[in-house]
Amino acid sequence: MNWPRPSQISHRTLRVWQRNFSVYRRTWQISFLPPLLEPLLYILAFGVGLAVMVGELQYAGRPLSYTVFIAPALVSVAIMYNAFFETTYNSFVRMYWQKTYDALLATPLNLEEIILGEMLWAATKSVIAATLMSIVISLCGLFEFPGALLLLPLAALGGLLFAALGMICTALVPGIEMFNLPIFLGVTPMFLFSGTFFPLENLPGWAQSVAQLLPLTHLVALVRGSALEFWSGSLWFSLLYLLVATAILLPLAIALMVRRIVR
Amino acid sequence: MNILQVEALRKAYGELQAVKGISFAVRKGECFGLLGPNGAGKTTTIRMLYGYTPRDAGKLELFGLDIDRDIREIKRRIGICQQEDSLDPDLTVHDNLVGYARYFSISRQQAERRAAELLEFFALKNRAADRISVLSGGLKRRLMLARALVNDPDLLILDEPTTGLDPQSRQLLWEKLATLKGQGLSILLTTHYMEEAERLCDRLVIVDHGEILVEGKPAQLVRERVGHSVLEIAEPDQAVRAFLASEPCRVEDLGNRLLVYLDDGDQLFLKLTREVRAEGCTLRPAGLEDLFLKLTGRELRE
Repeated sequence: MNWPRPSQISHRTLRVWQRNFSVYRRTWQISFLPPLLEPLLYILAFGVGLAVMVGELQYAGRPLSYTVFIAPALVSVAIMYNAFFETTYNSFVRMYWQKTYDALLATPLNLEEIILGEMLWAATKSVIAATLMSIVISLCGLFEFPGALLLLPLAALGGLLFAALGMICTALVPGIEMFNLPIFLGVTPMFLFSGTFFPLENLPGWAQSVAQLLPLTHLVALVRGSALEFWSGSLWFSLLYLLVATAILLPLAIALMVRRIVR
Repeated sequence: MNILQVEALRKAYGELQAVKGISFAVRKGECFGLLGPNGAGKTTTIRMLYGYTPRDAGKLELFGLDIDRDIREIKRRIGICQQEDSLDPDLTVHDNLVGYARYFSISRQQAERRAAELLEFFALKNRAADRISVLSGGLKRRLMLARALVNDPDLLILDEPTTGLDPQSRQLLWEKLATLKGQGLSILLTTHYMEEAERLCDRLVIVDHGEILVEGKPAQLVRERVGHSVLEIAEPDQAVRAFLASEPCRVEDLGNRLLVYLDDGDQLFLKLTREVRAEGCTLRPAGLEDLFLKLTGRELRE
C-alpha cells in the first residue's frame, strides 16, 4: 500500500468537488428538505412527546430541558450521516457502476485527487446540512450565539472524518450490500451511544470508556459545548481526537482506494 | 518523430502474464491498430498508456515525453475513448462535454465552443439537453468519442470503439474517424473487427497472449502471409480432396469446409469447378480475417 504524497495533490482536486456540486445543484430543492424538516420532526417528537416524561436534566452541572439537550446531537448525527452515506453508497455507485472514476482517470486528474475531492464534497454536504439544521434550531431559540457559529468549522472537520471512514468502507467492501455491516456495527451504535440522546454518565463505567473511543462522542461533545456555550477543558481533548483521527484516516482512505482501484 | 513509442512493455497479474514485452510505435498522423482476440492484452496495454494500470517493466513515451515524469502533460494531450461506457448519467449530453473539459482546465467559453463543434460534428445537436439514460448505444458511443476529443488531443486512443453497435452506428463512426484522420489526427485503435481495421488502419499489430505476432500494413500483411485469394469449398467430398492433393496449393481442412489459399490467378478455381465440381465453391479475395484466424487460431476464447 502506498501512502499519498502531498505532491500528488493539485488544485484539480476541486474539479471533482465541482462535478458533484453541479449534480447536487440540479436537485438542491430536494436535497434541502431533509435537513430543514428533520430537526422539526425530532423537536416535535422529543420536545412535545418525550420531554414531558423526561423533564429537565442536569448537564455539566446546569439544568437543561431535554429538547435543548438533544438539539446539538441532531446536528452532529446529520454531520455523520451526510458524509458517511456520501462516501459509501454514492461514491461506490460512481466508482463501480457509473465508472465516473475511470472517466476522470483519462484526464489530467489522478486517483488521489479524485478520492480527496470526493471526501471534500462529502464534508461539504455535512456543512450544508449542519447549517440548514442550525438555522431551523436557532429559530426555535435552542442555540446560543456566537458559540453556535463554531458549528461550521466543526461540521467541516467532522464531515471530513466521517467521509474518510465511509471511503475506507468503500475501499474494503466487496459489494454495495455489504455496507449494512459497518452501518449496523458502527454507525447505528454511535447514533445511540455517543451522548446523543442521554448523557454518557448514564452508562456503566466500562461502556463510558468504550464510548470515549467513538468519533461521534467527541463531535457531539464539541457541537453541544459550542451550540449551548458549555465550555470545558475536555473539549480540547475532543478537538485533538478529531484532528488526529482525520489526519490519519484521510490519507489512509486514499491509500486504500488506490489499492482497490489500481490494477 | 513518433507520437507514441512503446518498448518492451510488460504487465503480469500474479501468474498471468497479460502483456509480455511488446514494442510498437505510432507515427504522427497515422491510424495504428492493436488487434487481437478477447484477453490478448489489448486493454491492459491501453490502460498502461495513460497510467491507469502501472506497468511492470518497459519504456513508454508519448510526444517524446516520459510517462513517469510527465504523466499530467501527456494526459492533457491525449483523448481516450474507453471500452465501457463511462458517461456521467447525472449530467446531460451537453454537460457531459462541458463538464469533462473542466478536468483539462479548459476555460468555460472555450469548452462551450468546443462542445458546440463536437455536437455538430457527431450529429448530437438535437440531443444536447437529453439525459444519458435515454440515449441508444450508438448515440452513447458517439458522445464517448466526442468527449474524448474535447481537449483537442494530439493522439486519440480508442479501445474497441464499435463493439456492440448496429451496422448503421458503426458505419457512421467509421466515417467520422476517417474524417478526423484526414484532418491529421493520430489514432491508436484496438479492435477485433477486421473490417474496422482494414478500413481505418494504416499499420497494425496483431497481438495474442500478450505478444505481438505480426506488424505491418494490413493489405501487405495479408498478401505476404495469406495470399491473394481464398477458395472456400463447402461440404467437400472425396473427389475434391483428391483433386486438391494433386495440386500444389495450401489447404486448411476444417472438416466440413476447406480453405485453399491462392497466391495469384483463378486457374485452380476454374479447373476445380470445370473438372470436379462447381457447387459450394467460392473464390474471394483474402482478407485480414484470414490472417487473424491463421495467426490466433480458430478455437473459442474465454
